[in-house]
Amino acid sequence: MNIEEKIKKGHKRTCARLITMLESNDNEAIEIIKSHYKSTGGAYVIGVTGPPGAGKSTLTDKLAKELLKQNKKIGIIAIDPTSPFSGGAILGDRIRMNDLSLNKNVFIRSMGTRGSLGGMSNATWGATKILDIFGYDYIFIETVGVGQSEVDIVKTADTVLMVMVPNLGDDIQAIKAGIMEIADVFAINKSDLDGADKTKVEVEMNLDLNEDMDYRPPVVKVSASKNEDIDVLLENILAHRKYLEDTKQLKENRIRNNKLELLKMVEEDLMSLILDRAVKDDLLDKLAKDITLKETDPYTAKETIIRLIRNNP
Amino acid sequence: MDRPIRVLVAKPGLDGHDRGAKVIARSLRDAGMEVIYTGLRQTPEQIVAAAIQEDVDVVALSILSGAHNHLFPKVVNLLREEGVDDMLIIGGGVIPEDDIPFLIESGVESVFTPGTPTKDVVEFIKENLKR
Ligand code: B12
Ligand SMILES: Nc1nc2c(ncn2[C@@H]2O[C@H](COP(=O)(O)OP(=O)(O)OP(=O)(O)O)[C@@H](O)[C@H]2O)c(=O)[nH]1
Ligand SMILES: [Mg+2]
Repeated sequence: MNIEEKIKKGHKRTCARLITMLESNDNEAIEIIKSHYKSTGGAYVIGVTGPPGAGKSTLTDKLAKELLKQNKKIGIIAIDPTSPFSGGAILGDRIRMNDLSLNKNVFIRSMGTRGSLGGMSNATWGATKILDIFGYDYIFIETVGVGQSEVDIVKTADTVLMVMVPNLGDDIQAIKAGIMEIADVFAINKSDLDGADKTKVEVEMNLDLNEDMDYRPPVVKVSASKNEDIDVLLENILAHRKYLEDTKQLKENRIRNNKLELLKMVEEDLMSLILDRAVKDDLLDKLAKDITLKETDPYTAKETIIRLIRNNP
Repeated sequence: MDRPIRVLVAKPGLDGHDRGAKVIARSLRDAGMEVIYTGLRQTPEQIVAAAIQEDVDVVALSILSGAHNHLFPKVVNLLREEGVDDMLIIGGGVIPEDDIPFLIESGVESVFTPGTPTKDVVEFIKENLKR
């Protein structure tokens, strides 16, 4: 089987290997994205975020099962933090999704953040493109909602699902600032526990502060582990999709996202270009030392590095 | 670019002893590897599906229940059927010395029993990767 046939057949091992290759910026995988780019865009990307332990994985599992009933193909990218000390990670989201593993219409991939600042793996974007090329209709990206990752997920997802739980206490204050703007749908998970109504009211009250919204994010109480109201939640997600499509906002958002992604890609390449040269000649170390010894200053040092690429394009 | 070694740590069968698997998962993480932990009670089919989708370099199986002679070869054979020949397969747990030669012959490349220092596992993986 050649690669085209494998893609057409949805050969999972090929899909998995391409994602790995893309994680290391392998040219062969990049060429495949290039030559199949025209066939992408069919996948609808749902970002699932929220505090640690909120039930994001369990909920993703249940939502995927709901979509499987509609004969959709589901890709799931589950991201967990990489340890900044060892560079290793324990990726445990799959524990909640094990019985999806064998479904021929499901592909699950775990990723470490691998030191990318945004809480999302640098390769996440590429992995969604691969899954898109392999014909997955819906792609879930699960990421722990801590600070920057929330901003990151907006850049990749069409709909952002914010998973909250009762009794977050002060946490709701802490995350409120960032999340109210980025969430398209709120799920109050673990509604089988006390306090879900209170959390719902709190979220609704915060939404009330934003009066001039064309679209008001719905707040849906669910219980992932008891499989309650998952269908209602899915309806609300699909309603958001329909809203984006009807108002042409989907396209506008994707243009915005592609611009951000493009910038990020250029930034990464430029960075490695500069650093390759600076590191190769120990320039970085030397300049750092010189700054400390006051033989130069940080601005002059920076200009020295920038001149490196200006002069050798 | 140097990508981290990816390891699937899996517990096949009905065995509920998960301390050893968690110890191994943690020490591999601390050695800089990406460890996908799938939890308890996995069928060999689920383990193989996860190994393929995660495109791991190593499949690490843990059994304390005594079912190793059945389950380890089963996982190896299913991987072979899927055409996978570039993953390192290792196992561990409460496994009698006498059973180890059979497991090695079945395609498990090394078996680690109680008391083995975790750094031996890390070293074995680093030295025997197939990529
Ligand atoms: C603690 C324990 C339990 C706990 C488990 C808690 C838990 N969540 O894990 C509890 C009390 C629940 C329990 C229950 C049972 N247990 Co129990 N249990 C033990 C005990 C005492 C220690 C196991 C342990 O945690 N060790 C500590 C960990 C860190 O070590 P480890 O798992 O061996 O892992 C090390 C190595 O083996 C290796 N390793 C392990 N896996 C892997 C994988 C890879 C890839 C690698 C590289 C290395 C590796 O590295 C680890 C670190 O060095 C053992 C006896 C023993 N001394 O081993 C019996 C033992 C395993 N249990 C046994 C039995 C029979 C049972 C029960 C059936 C008892 C019963 N009749 O109810 C139940 C079954 C439970 C179930 N659902 O499966 C028997 C198994 C007999 C057999 N193999 O034929 C044992 C051997 C006791 C005995 N001598 O009879 N058990
Ligand atoms: N009571 C209750 N518990 C739930 C519910 N949904 C999930 N849980 C439990 O919450 C715990 C965490 O669930 P996960 O799905 O792993 O949560 P997560 O947000 O993916 O966690 P991280 O990825 O570690 O941040 C598990 O023990 C689940 O069983 C629910 O609706 N009600
Ligand atoms: Mg999770």
